[in-house]
Amino acid sequence: MKLEIIGGRLIDPSQGLDRETDLYVEDGRILALGERPAGFVADRTIQAQGCLVTPGFVDLCVALRSKLNARMATELKAAVKGGITSVCCPPDGSPINDTAAVTSLLREQARDLHLARVFPVGALTQGLQGEQLSEMFGLKAAGCQMVTNMRRPLGNNRILRRCLEYARTQDLTVGFCPEDYSLAVDGCVNEGFTGTRLGLNGIPAVAETLAVAEALLLAEDTGVRAHFFQISTARSVELIAQAQQRGLPVTADVAIHQLLLTDSVLDSFDSSYHLHPPLRTERDRDALRQGVRDGVIQAICSQHQPLELADKQAPFAETVPGMIGLETLLPLTLQLVEEGVLELQRAIEALTVGPARVMGLELGTLEPGRPADISVIDPECQWVLTEKTLLSACKNTPFLNQSLTGQVRYTLVDGRLVYEAESK
Amino acid sequence: MSSSAPEHAASAPQCLQLNRFGQLRHFLSIEGLSRELLTEILDTADSFIEVGARSIKKVPLLRGKTVVNLFFEPSTRTRSTFELAAKRLSADVLNMDIRTSSTSKGESLLDMLRNMEAMASDMFVVRHAQSGAPHFIAQSVTPNVAVINAGDGRHAHPTQAMLDMLTIRQHKGSFENLTVAIIGDILHSRVARSQIQALRALGTPEVRVIAPNTLLPAEVERLGVKVYRDLKQGLKDVDVVMTLRLQKERMESALLPSEAEFYRLYGLSAEKLRWAKPDAIVMHPGPINRGVEIDSEVADSPQSVILNQVTNGIAVRMAVMSMAMSGQMAEMAASQEVRP
Repeated sequence: MKLEIIGGRLIDPSQGLDRETDLYVEDGRILALGERPAGFVADRTIQAQGCLVTPGFVDLCVALRSKLNARMATELKAAVKGGITSVCCPPDGSPINDTAAVTSLLREQARDLHLARVFPVGALTQGLQGEQLSEMFGLKAAGCQMVTNMRRPLGNNRILRRCLEYARTQDLTVGFCPEDYSLAVDGCVNEGFTGTRLGLNGIPAVAETLAVAEALLLAEDTGVRAHFFQISTARSVELIAQAQQRGLPVTADVAIHQLLLTDSVLDSFDSSYHLHPPLRTERDRDALRQGVRDGVIQAICSQHQPLELADKQAPFAETVPGMIGLETLLPLTLQLVEEGVLELQRAIEALTVGPARVMGLELGTLEPGRPADISVIDPECQWVLTEKTLLSACKNTPFLNQSLTGQVRYTLVDGRLVYEAESK
Repeated sequence: MSSSAPEHAASAPQCLQLNRFGQLRHFLSIEGLSRELLTEILDTADSFIEVGARSIKKVPLLRGKTVVNLFFEPSTRTRSTFELAAKRLSADVLNMDIRTSSTSKGESLLDMLRNMEAMASDMFVVRHAQSGAPHFIAQSVTPNVAVINAGDGRHAHPTQAMLDMLTIRQHKGSFENLTVAIIGDILHSRVARSQIQALRALGTPEVRVIAPNTLLPAEVERLGVKVYRDLKQGLKDVDVVMTLRLQKERMESALLPSEAEFYRLYGLSAEKLRWAKPDAIVMHPGPINRGVEIDSEVADSPQSVILNQVTNGIAVRMAVMSMAMSGQMAEMAASQEVRP
């Protein structure tokens, strides 16, 4: 299968590329950029005039599994509609991904669907119980690049330190969802004025920063690569920047909604804004934005969390935290570009090669020879997010019925067209 | 010096509480309600005080209406005053003790509400341990049911705050020149939050909170209060002293070392009350822990207006229920008019 994408604006931060040019795909890989290679005859031509052509997005946090365990197909359809060609899924769900068998099963399921690639993140401890090391060698052999205990507490720091030593031995990155369990356990919103007004229990910023500081010290001590998932506070950005300046192998990502929203949106106890970590203050949001600009934060993710209607229909603190995000990641990121918060290059970098490097993947690039994972985007297209248009099985997003700008026209994975927008 | 202006955000709760004419249709929180509306509640309550003094203590304002007391948390007092208020307005009253019925059997709150609606209820009086539960209920029920918040989590207890305001107005005339201090567990108190909002909205120039840091919520000063950790300094020149109930659990959750130390620092004794103005009144939302947050000597003294608060509770609840019901009916009538 030979395919060409003609007349688009190619943006590939991995090569510092931003220019109008053509792209050629053969046998699932990028063949060339620019001049048509001699003798190349395309089976399919995509006209991309007025469109952005970028590497397919790599999303570091996508919950694919629920109690029903049957969501992979719908959620991966939503992913490719959002231009996301690789999703990393956290180890919780049923069964917990703490063995090679589960990892292999997930990868096989994903392969059979021929949609986005799935990279399971393994459990750091068996059953995420925080007591016994998981079989990290097996997890890695089955395809895990990273292990994490998510937001579940470790039995004690001795266990954590041993987990890090063992992960280091297996050359695995350890992902931290930094949160001190006892400081956060009762909370559902940021501890601050909004929580005070609404009488909702707070999760103080220090619940996160204390855990970041502790993780950084233990990572330094053990020499393990550390990645911080979905940081939410200004002080976390500062601590991680300091560690990076000292040359430690530390990376971080942020959820797109943390770059847009603050806890002031919680006014009427709207449970669609019940998130974990919680929305914080303007100061935190601004520091996170600066962190993305400076490269302290390598990746922007969706933190996609599909939830049933009933999960959100209760008094605020009793609802389940989380929002879906696969289909809004692109337009919301473009909104940040439109508002002047991020340069387009930097924004695309944080969706592509940034997260790819965090996961140690040779993806997120349009370099010739690499797998042809590509998004073709109409950056001007305005559309309204509705329950009907959402492909995700769940509709828990506060952006429903809002007008968004920027839509994916085509998505390719391994040179295969996995999504094509209906022509207007 | 007056306290800094209280901050409150936007209009969402306000929109939910008011109908298109700006009248009350739910009563969920003091936040966002205007001084005029709060004064109207107080004036209406004043007119109902007279009803309570009659030999036949009924007016027909809610005749034919069904009021359901949905109490998800036990409260004999508040429920009784709401029940009495509804009956004096001639409503039919149904008391639902939720702990022993539906939700404990796994029925969702929403399913339970649908059942209540199906009984053609006109008003829900809601007490719930979760902050925001009455908002959730007001957003979830059919539009013709009025929702009155009878206390939700740490968030709000607006009828308690309004009966406190009525009591203050009776004793002090107005709010313009008052300094009011609220002592004790501000962190967990829905009463304190609503009191602060009501006092500020009614024009009280200085509202103080007096507590140790462990019992103060984050950024409390942004509610428009001055913060004192020291009782003597905090009571200086104070016209109204509002004490709060201290729950025993606070000692178990590492917020306070002991009741004795709390009493020593913040318990209101006759001696400490002398730090306030000589004509200061003393209030408490009940039930009182004598010898913890307040001494018997003070609670039973001429300066104490605690029993006035109880009496005013019925009048204020009658006022709020009748106003919300009429606001709800005005809204229904208007929404039917615009339909073809």
